[in-house]
Amino acid sequence: MTEATLSVAPPAKASTPARSAMNDMWRQFRAHRGGVVGLCVFVFIVLAVYVGPYIHTVAPNLINIRAKNQWPSWAHPFGTDNLGKDMLAQVLAGGRISLAVGFTAMSLALVLGTIVGVLSGYFRRLDGPLMRLTDLFLALPLLPLLLVIIMLFRDTLRAAFGPESGIFLLVVFVIGITSWMHTARIVRGNVLAVKSQEFILAARSSGMREHRIIVRHILPNVLSSIMVSATLGIASAIITESALSFLGLGFPSDFPTWGRLLFDGANFLQLTPSRVLWPGLAISLTVLSVNYIGDAIRDALDPRTLRR
Amino acid sequence: MKKLNILLAGTVACVALSSSLAHAERGADGDLKILFWQAVSTMNPYLSGGTKEALASSIVIEPLARYNEKGELVPWLATELPTHENGGIAQDMLSMTWKLKPDVKWSDGSAFTAEDVIFTWKYCTAPDGGCAQAAQYEGVKNVEAIDPHTVKITFEEPKPYPYSAFVGAQSPIIQAAQFKDCLGAKAPGCTAANFAPVGTGAFVVKDFKANDVVTFEANPNYRDAAKPAFASISLKGGGDAPSAARAVLETGEYDYAWNTMVEPEILESMLAAGKGRLESSFGTQVERINLNHYNADPALGDKRSTKEAGPHPSLTDPAVRRALALAIDRDIIVEAGFGEAGRPTCNIVPAPEVVASTKNDSWCLASDIEGANKLLDDAGWLPGPDGIRAKDGVRLSFLYTTSTNSVRQATQELVKAMWAEIGVDAELRNASASVFFGGDPASPDTFQKFYADVEMYTNNFDGTDPEKYLAEWLCDKVPSPENGWQGQNIPRYCNPEFDKLLGELSKTADIEKRNELAKQLNDMLTEEGAHIPLVHRGDLSAFAASLDGILMNSWDSQIWNIADWHRKK
Repeated sequence: MTEATLSVAPPAKASTPARSAMNDMWRQFRAHRGGVVGLCVFVFIVLAVYVGPYIHTVAPNLINIRAKNQWPSWAHPFGTDNLGKDMLAQVLAGGRISLAVGFTAMSLALVLGTIVGVLSGYFRRLDGPLMRLTDLFLALPLLPLLLVIIMLFRDTLRAAFGPESGIFLLVVFVIGITSWMHTARIVRGNVLAVKSQEFILAARSSGMREHRIIVRHILPNVLSSIMVSATLGIASAIITESALSFLGLGFPSDFPTWGRLLFDGANFLQLTPSRVLWPGLAISLTVLSVNYIGDAIRDALDPRTLRR
Repeated sequence: MKKLNILLAGTVACVALSSSLAHAERGADGDLKILFWQAVSTMNPYLSGGTKEALASSIVIEPLARYNEKGELVPWLATELPTHENGGIAQDMLSMTWKLKPDVKWSDGSAFTAEDVIFTWKYCTAPDGGCAQAAQYEGVKNVEAIDPHTVKITFEEPKPYPYSAFVGAQSPIIQAAQFKDCLGAKAPGCTAANFAPVGTGAFVVKDFKANDVVTFEANPNYRDAAKPAFASISLKGGGDAPSAARAVLETGEYDYAWNTMVEPEILESMLAAGKGRLESSFGTQVERINLNHYNADPALGDKRSTKEAGPHPSLTDPAVRRALALAIDRDIIVEAGFGEAGRPTCNIVPAPEVVASTKNDSWCLASDIEGANKLLDDAGWLPGPDGIRAKDGVRLSFLYTTSTNSVRQATQELVKAMWAEIGVDAELRNASASVFFGGDPASPDTFQKFYADVEMYTNNFDGTDPEKYLAEWLCDKVPSPENGWQGQNIPRYCNPEFDKLLGELSKTADIEKRNELAKQLNDMLTEEGAHIPLVHRGDLSAFAASLDGILMNSWDSQIWNIADWHRKK
């Protein structure tokens, strides 16, 4: 009987003003303490990364070999690296790139994965071909594929968009199209489970169009798993970007990103630990906060919890 | 606890005593642990151009003569060095005669004879063999035995400097009996022989795991009964330079790590542990920036950096090339990335002393930003609104590539900052060393293809005679699709005068005159800006504090005298 009442719930909500639905969700979100802390940390990181350079005005690429390998001081709160570049400025500049890459690549992977997952879960005829396609992508060795794609399109994109935005588009695209498969699998599984429930049957028998059913009934119910894979996706996108930079295929080497700073600093761990500490902390905090936010949003969006 | 300590100390004292008694006895010092961060793939240097293979095989197989730590030739399996004075080299320079040591035995107990020497030549020059060291035997017409311990080499044309075949770690003698069925195309298939060659050296291969571990044990038939001091060697491959240096200097797990190219301040912090020391030696390695004389615009597709692409729009201007060289402060680059393993240089032939020129040091060694700016102003390259100089729509913005290595990336950034001061922009790029130096004709990122405006790497020459090396800048050595990108004239420099002068060098026998010509050729390359020499690099290796008898050698294998290595007593 519970399912029967649940199935009526979403249409009932739809009749209430959107504003109160948002309020509901916000209230629900606030109830999740981890989510609120995560949101605060995340907002702080984003603010620091975008506003910070206006307060700490040292250029990240300014080389001062006389001030190399310094420990934290007032002039260089995070110390300096082995060329005398200010670490705080580099972490802030690197954060802008890493966050942008992480989010854009994750969104791309999410959109692709959700479309493939929903289509193959909902439409039986598409299931076979789409899942075999997913298998195909899963079976492809990721790194060699990335190398080939970058080798083929690097110069074209560089000519069209300039070295930095060209590489940005390429990196985001490459990470996006090689990391949607797990999302697709998870979404498909959830869609199959939701599809067989009675409220979908009810919606269908009421004459609702297929795309309306997907958007109104299926998506809200699988959103939780999408959110979880999204939060994990950000982390892996940031790490994949740093692996590419390490192989010399990502951004130019004087272009700081968190992953790159971490790699470069690893050898200097004993000499200047802050070179590894701050980028590492930034990556971990971002991933952790996004995870908690995702968890809270999942709770807030879940039709079951909304009813409480 | 205290008792245990005393007991331990007593044991150590006993062991020390017994080993000092056993001094100068073969195998008395136990196991020697070596770490190569690039693993060894074969023990046959004729089938691999890699330094690491030549190094590892030098433990087992030896040449007739080799270079000592000062770069002087010393007879090794020969009784003396053939010269004009002792009649070893014919007056017409068309032949030379080597006298082999009579008492040398292969590790299987059989005698080492002239037949083995002849066979080695046949092995490397056999058709379809793909011998990696074929250049060593270039110009050799015939190798014949006069008697079992005398070998005569005849050349196709007069050779003023004949010490290349059977000399140095690159062309050791292999045993005819073991390799007799491995000629030509069959060579790579002889795995057993390639992985464990029978040699005349101080050690023999006991077990070989490709790209992993090689174990050696003392050669029971080695010609000096008191050597080697070590009973066995285990040579481990893999990892990276910092971790290899750490394993010797900081944790003391290994006795010797080869080529520890790591930032100086990191090495310093490792040395503080007191477990080991660093030794460096200077050969002929020079880190240089090549300036592309052909157009490398990506819009040209496959034509870029070839003759069809035409001359480079800005780098063919001598003023630009000179200004780029003037702007660089080599002292800073050495301090940041090389430390004691580097010296600023303006020569592409930095050693040996007798051929090292000082002519260009006056203008080139110190950086002169003002001079460079004035040069560019006068040549009509004026700063645009973004601070980057331009002339007729051509901006001084260069794509700058190198291989992936933290020292190189730091150097790139430093050079970029120095060039920024004279209004020149650089876009940095790096490619994995295995791709960059891999020579795969299908890859766009190899240093031979040079699909960039400037690129940086290190190169050197074997031995002490620079003629063959300087010949790399000849007009006909430019890499192109026609020769499979195999030419060595990477900057695509072409000057008929240079070609003429080099022709003169190859005909000159007088050593003084040769050195003078080599200096002139070297100066010509620096003055005309074929490239910008940056740093004269040394070989830097880490050794355990307890190891003694090492003579670092940049002219031959670093472990050329491994028979003399021993533990400090």
